Amino acid sequence: MKSGLLSNTAQPKNLEGYVGFANLPNQVYRKSVKRGFEFTLMVVGESGLGKSTLINSLFLTDLYSPEYPGPSHRIKKTVQVEQSKVLVKEGGVHLLLTIVDTPGFGDAVDNSNCWQPVIDYIDSKFEDYLNAESRVNRRQMPDSRVQCCLYFIAPSGHGLKPLDIEFMKRLHEKVNIIPLIAKADTMTPEECQQFKHQIMKEIQEHKIKIYEFPETDDEEEMKMVRRIKDRLPLAVVGSNTIIEVNGKRVRGRQYPWGVAEVENGEHCDFTILRNMLIRTNMQDLKDVTNNVHYENYRSRKLAAVTYNGVDNNKNKGQLTKPETSDGMSPLAQMEEERRDHVSKMKKMEQEMEQVFEMKVKEKLMKLRDSEAELQRRHEQMKKNLELQHRELEEKRRQHEEEKNSWEAQQRILEQQKLDASRTLEKNKKKKIF
Amino acid sequence: MAATDVDVFSNEEKRSLNLGGHVGFDSLPDQLVSKSVTQGFCFNILCVGETGIGKSTLMNTLFNTMFENEEASHYQNGVYLRPRTYDLLESNVHLKLTIVDTVGFGDQINKEDSYKPIVDYIDTQFENYLQEELKIKRSLFNYHDTRIHICLYFIAPTGHSLKSLDLVTMKKLDSKVNIIPIIAKADTISKSELHKFKIKIMSELVSNGVQIYQFPTDDEAVSEINSSMNAHLPFAVVGSVEEVKVGNKTVRARQYPWGIVQVENESHCDFVKLREMLIRVNMEDLREQTHARHYELYRRCKLEEMGFKDTDPDSQPFSLQETYEAKRKEFLGDLQRKEEEMRQMFVNKVKETEAELKEKERELHDKFEQLKRMHQEEKKKVEEKRRDLEEEMSGFNRKKVAAETLSLSQPLKKDKDKKN
Repeated sequence: MKSGLLSNTAQPKNLEGYVGFANLPNQVYRKSVKRGFEFTLMVVGESGLGKSTLINSLFLTDLYSPEYPGPSHRIKKTVQVEQSKVLVKEGGVHLLLTIVDTPGFGDAVDNSNCWQPVIDYIDSKFEDYLNAESRVNRRQMPDSRVQCCLYFIAPSGHGLKPLDIEFMKRLHEKVNIIPLIAKADTMTPEECQQFKHQIMKEIQEHKIKIYEFPETDDEEEMKMVRRIKDRLPLAVVGSNTIIEVNGKRVRGRQYPWGVAEVENGEHCDFTILRNMLIRTNMQDLKDVTNNVHYENYRSRKLAAVTYNGVDNNKNKGQLTKPETSDGMSPLAQMEEERRDHVSKMKKMEQEMEQVFEMKVKEKLMKLRDSEAELQRRHEQMKKNLELQHRELEEKRRQHEEEKNSWEAQQRILEQQKLDASRTLEKNKKKKIF
Repeated sequence: MAATDVDVFSNEEKRSLNLGGHVGFDSLPDQLVSKSVTQGFCFNILCVGETGIGKSTLMNTLFNTMFENEEASHYQNGVYLRPRTYDLLESNVHLKLTIVDTVGFGDQINKEDSYKPIVDYIDTQFENYLQEELKIKRSLFNYHDTRIHICLYFIAPTGHSLKSLDLVTMKKLDSKVNIIPIIAKADTISKSELHKFKIKIMSELVSNGVQIYQFPTDDEAVSEINSSMNAHLPFAVVGSVEEVKVGNKTVRARQYPWGIVQVENESHCDFVKLREMLIRVNMEDLREQTHARHYELYRRCKLEEMGFKDTDPDSQPFSLQETYEAKRKEFLGDLQRKEEEMRQMFVNKVKETEAELKEKERELHDKFEQLKRMHQEEKKKVEEKRRDLEEEMSGFNRKKVAAETLSLSQPLKKDKDKKN
């Protein structure tokens, strides 16, 4: 995989004198050996295609033996997915190999959905890894994800079977598929060539993405890669027995007409498979699983989580803003929602405040008006009263005046009368004499 | 991602098998190495030390390059961090090196907060990585890792002990980054003083509980050299990019009137030891420790802070989906609750104010009722007075009329009398 780190730099400084970080690769080497390696390989195909034999031949060991029979010997009613772990050592390198096989695949009369247990198995391993990766306390994260799937095609000589196509279409985006033509010693080279050609045509027609060899800068390597690409899918032969041919002990299948040698490049593509699978591309298979297939699974899973609980309108809105839903983690999305909500609440609060203030102002104004009104009326009444008071006072004064003057008059009259009566009296007295 | 220790599977049934020939997976480490070489490596160094203590010079010496940098002044009013990234190539190995300098460290009068920008910077790099790791669509293999892999702490060559700023800063950093303390400008200390100084420093670090980076001794290939180097900490270094002729060789050195201090001479200073440990032997381990220990600690704290747990109250492990859904439900419920609270608060406010206003209204009416009553009373009084007056007036009128009729008849009598 081309590194992203160096893609945007111009000229790195080449150092004079010794610094020492050229030793980094050795440090990496040392640490990786100490850690040990693991690899999970899945084999899928109908029974009797030589899967177990091929695995034994690939790893030069009795992975499948009478005590641990291969999938074809473990006939099941329904497709099972089973794994076995073996530990192998070579040159100081420890490898924990997990072989996953699928006894019962393609063996029933009705094989509809026989790929489903395989899909479920792969997904469950992805899920385990995702959960382990997402824990708060992450310790060791055992990696049991399926890193390669060898798919065995029966050597009919004609083309892919519908089951083959269905299986590969459903799994090519979940796992690295390496299709193999099984029991290649039943075909002549020409038949084999035609068969391969037909298969590749059909694979392209159905847009199936099988595992691709990575490009390299190295010209030599690229030449080899291209040569291998021309021979896809690889036609393999496996054998558990060692036969002597021309003084050499080789793995092969003894026929009356000769020996088909497993490791002879002119007889079959086994060596290419072994070199590619184990000696050069094992690490790349793991990387593609981790960086492509697992990431696809993860982003689909997480996208489903974040769309939960979000109503349809919001969903539609998000689809028109690709950056938002693609780039963000669910947490970041929640954070944005929270911020939206805070601003929404602020606006709501402001609006409510406004309405409230307005209502209060209204009410206060009304109160003030009625107060003014009442005050006015009170003033009015007071004035009235005062007026009446004054009127009354005036009347009384008048009356008093009248009374006084009349009384005064009366008094004068009285006096006059008195005077008059007295004079009369006097006169009367005078008259008598 | 990386393969884990094989012992993890000890409780599962696994068989050990012997191989009948050369399979070829012993090339696996080489495959891994070639992939890393193609990708390139990256390494981030943080240099913490006072202005002028020799950080830039040491970096230049260590990497044999003149990294461009201006000299820093002593008059910064705070500490700030200056990261610079360089692309280096040695043999066929590409290294993306980032050197982070602490500018202004130790220059302020009040240094209480000096460590904060450093801690913040380290945390920010962790945070950036965590955010990338949590994204839905992420590309970790492409990510430029800026997390600090090593902090070189420069100790001033006083010869006595650590400064309190040193202890405080290292204590704040030791759980976040690998620290290697080094004695700077070691050519100002004599050998015997140096020995005492180193012992003093190490004992102060231990007694203050500062965790510095220990070179790993679990891998037999390097355990011997690492454990012997551990005993030489802190490294006393001298940096120089100037070349001086010594004998018939030209070496990097500092020329004094009394002699030449050679940087790469192990009896003059520990520069070579530092280079060995830091770059040639343990660079990868430093990167691993940063990722597996310091970053995981940061991540754990951050997630716990946000309320994520690994198990629910019944100790059943949560699946990722459940965790996120639960978090999300909680979060939405929280938002809803806040909304409700605010609404409720408003309803209450409105009720209160309404009650107040009503009260005011009532008071107003009461007041005016009272005024009205007073007014009524006054009116009554006026009416009474008026009636009294009316009575008086009518009484007076009657009197008057009576008197007049009387006076009218009286003068007749007088006339009558006169006639007689």
